[in-house]
Amino acid sequence: MLEYPDFLKFSIAPIFDVIVDWILTNLSALFDFITLVIANLFNGVEAALSFVPWWLFVMIVFLLGKKYYDYKMASLLGVMMFAIGMFDLWDSMIYTIAIVLISVIVSLVVGLPVGILMAKNERIEQILKPVLDAMQTMPSFVYLIPAVMLFGLGRVPAVFATTIYAIPPLIRLTYLGITGVDKEVIEAGKAYGSTPAQMLFKIELPQALATIMTGVNQTTMMAMAMVVISSMIGAEGIGEEVLIAIRRLEVGRGFQAGFAIVFLAIILDRLLQGAANSLEGGTVHAE
Amino acid sequence: MPNEQPYIRVDNLQLIFGKGKRLQQAQHLYNDGATNAEIREQTRCTVGVRYADFHIKKGETFVIVGLSGSGKSSLIRCFNRLNKATGGSITIDGMDVTKLDKKELLELRRNKISMVFQSFGLLSHRTVLANVEYGLEVKGIPNKDRDEMAKQAIELVGLKGWETYYPHQLSGGMKQRVGLARAIANDPDILLMDEPYSALDPLIRREMQKELLNLEDYIDKTIVFITHDMNEAFRLGDRIALMKDGEIVQLGKPASFFENPANDYVRDFIADVDKTQVLRAKQIMKEIPVSFTPDTPRTDARDKLAELELDVAFVTDEENHYLGYVTFEDLDVSRKMTVEKLLKTDLEPYYRQNFIKDLISLLDEADYDVPIVDSKNRLRGSICHEVLLSAIS
Ligand SMILES: Nc1ncnc2c1ncn2[C@@H]1O[C@H](COP(=O)(O)OP(=O)(O)O)[C@@H](O)[C@H]1O
Ligand SMILES: [Mg+2]
Repeated sequence: MLEYPDFLKFSIAPIFDVIVDWILTNLSALFDFITLVIANLFNGVEAALSFVPWWLFVMIVFLLGKKYYDYKMASLLGVMMFAIGMFDLWDSMIYTIAIVLISVIVSLVVGLPVGILMAKNERIEQILKPVLDAMQTMPSFVYLIPAVMLFGLGRVPAVFATTIYAIPPLIRLTYLGITGVDKEVIEAGKAYGSTPAQMLFKIELPQALATIMTGVNQTTMMAMAMVVISSMIGAEGIGEEVLIAIRRLEVGRGFQAGFAIVFLAIILDRLLQGAANSLEGGTVHAE
Repeated sequence: MPNEQPYIRVDNLQLIFGKGKRLQQAQHLYNDGATNAEIREQTRCTVGVRYADFHIKKGETFVIVGLSGSGKSSLIRCFNRLNKATGGSITIDGMDVTKLDKKELLELRRNKISMVFQSFGLLSHRTVLANVEYGLEVKGIPNKDRDEMAKQAIELVGLKGWETYYPHQLSGGMKQRVGLARAIANDPDILLMDEPYSALDPLIRREMQKELLNLEDYIDKTIVFITHDMNEAFRLGDRIALMKDGEIVQLGKPASFFENPANDYVRDFIADVDKTQVLRAKQIMKEIPVSFTPDTPRTDARDKLAELELDVAFVTDEENHYLGYVTFEDLDVSRKMTVEKLLKTDLEPYYRQNFIKDLISLLDEADYDVPIVDSKNRLRGSICHEVLLSAIS
């Protein structure tokens, strides 16, 4: 009586198997196309990033740090960037940045319109809210499975999994930003005869910009976290270093790669936040 | 006379907040004469406006006053259809606002009606200039023209030099000036102002009220002004509508509220109003029994005053411009031929649009009635001690 009775057991696993099977047989052309797009995008971005000399990278980070903060922060960020190169992880970093960048771009392209729709349409809001909640509590590993099934191993499923994992905060904060615009400001927009498009582009999006930037920041950080994990499905980059270190039990190498990831995360976070804050001058101060 | 034609006509307006079946049920109860509380209890719909029926004349400043929650905003927002009335109609310049399609509604909002908001409703990401330009921008006025128009409006509200500032850099009063500039930049016929000064300090509020009164000389607009402050209502309004629970309790000229308040609610509402601060001279002045021109023979004037048992009379020129006064005493003892030689000018006339508060000290000093003139210095009436006292008691 202590054990869970067999006849009450029911697995939902076959359902997903069926769905994925169906998708694979019927939508393979679509996925081939997506693969092509992402692969090309990736190659392009990686090539462009590799084209930039390392010292210019460090300098850009330093200058942006100085612009948004002060010399101290600028030096810190510059040194961190420099350290990643010292660890012999520069090429891995470029690869990682490329995946993060593409994921963030795709997140923007998909997430912004979805967030806007969610703010405008009650139905969509009701459907998407629990979906976003579920996505944000779902263990990140789970996304690796459909990614592999749909795209095999390599960089494309890595971008796919990273994007799916990273997109919720952007959607949510776009939605929050737009629904949070001061009611009277919206009414003023209406009272002066704005069309819905004018409303969106002249009032709602600019007013929500600071919140959306926070979303971009969070999405970037989530992508950073996921890109490490997606090395398990064949993505290269710094995550791969960690994976190798774990397999070979090379503790020192693991920590070195770990620090590189932390440094990169800090650099991205500070620079994005700096950019968001510099926007605030004219945007957020509600009253 | 075209001016006396109702410009905005509100007919039996009904606004109930609700949807679908509930709304129908609420309207049914409403028609059966249920109270707001009953309707809310049974249908959970809120009655915003109830049987509103009035008109507003062109160029008039019409004030809607009432406690918070009395339905003032609900009503004014029907004018530009931020609220859609659930019954009755609003006709502006012959056009039924409740029946406009999308395109006509945009036209109405872009060209005919502008609105000023209580918390200003400014766009924090735009400069003062860009805020004022907003209405012009959405209706597609070319860049150069709208700069010009916006700058004019900014100058009119006294914000010249602040064009490049952002709203968060301005004080409350200045923000509201931006709101007003944005409204008049559009050159609308009608200005809707929903408690525009309620968020401001009393001192700034008074200043803004004064400026609005002055502005009325420059811009010829029909203004619908909302406030919960009776003093403000009396100070600004040509006519006033007092609202309670969505209904208009009394509507009329300011003085009519004091002369015959409709009920105890109105009486209570105006009890705290300082009449000297809200009543204008023109609202209490009396007609002049007799006035003389400078060439009136002295004896004629004396006899006339004796006949009317008056001891003073005002003197005006042929066009009724105020010149001064003569006393019976002087007329009686003097040997001069005409009134002109006995003219005294130490009595300053009082502008008829001014509030009566300064009249008190003036009448204390003067031995005689104070002459009331219009802006062209034409004699329009007079006020004596007794009249003033009875007006403010
Ligand atoms: N959009 C709305 N939905 C439901 N009820 C509303 C809405 N707007 C106002 N009300 C209600 O209508 C009544 C009148 O409100 P309002 O017109 O804002 O009053 P006022 O402007 O005089 O303070 C209040 O009871 C308020 O709660
Ligand atoms: Mg209100």
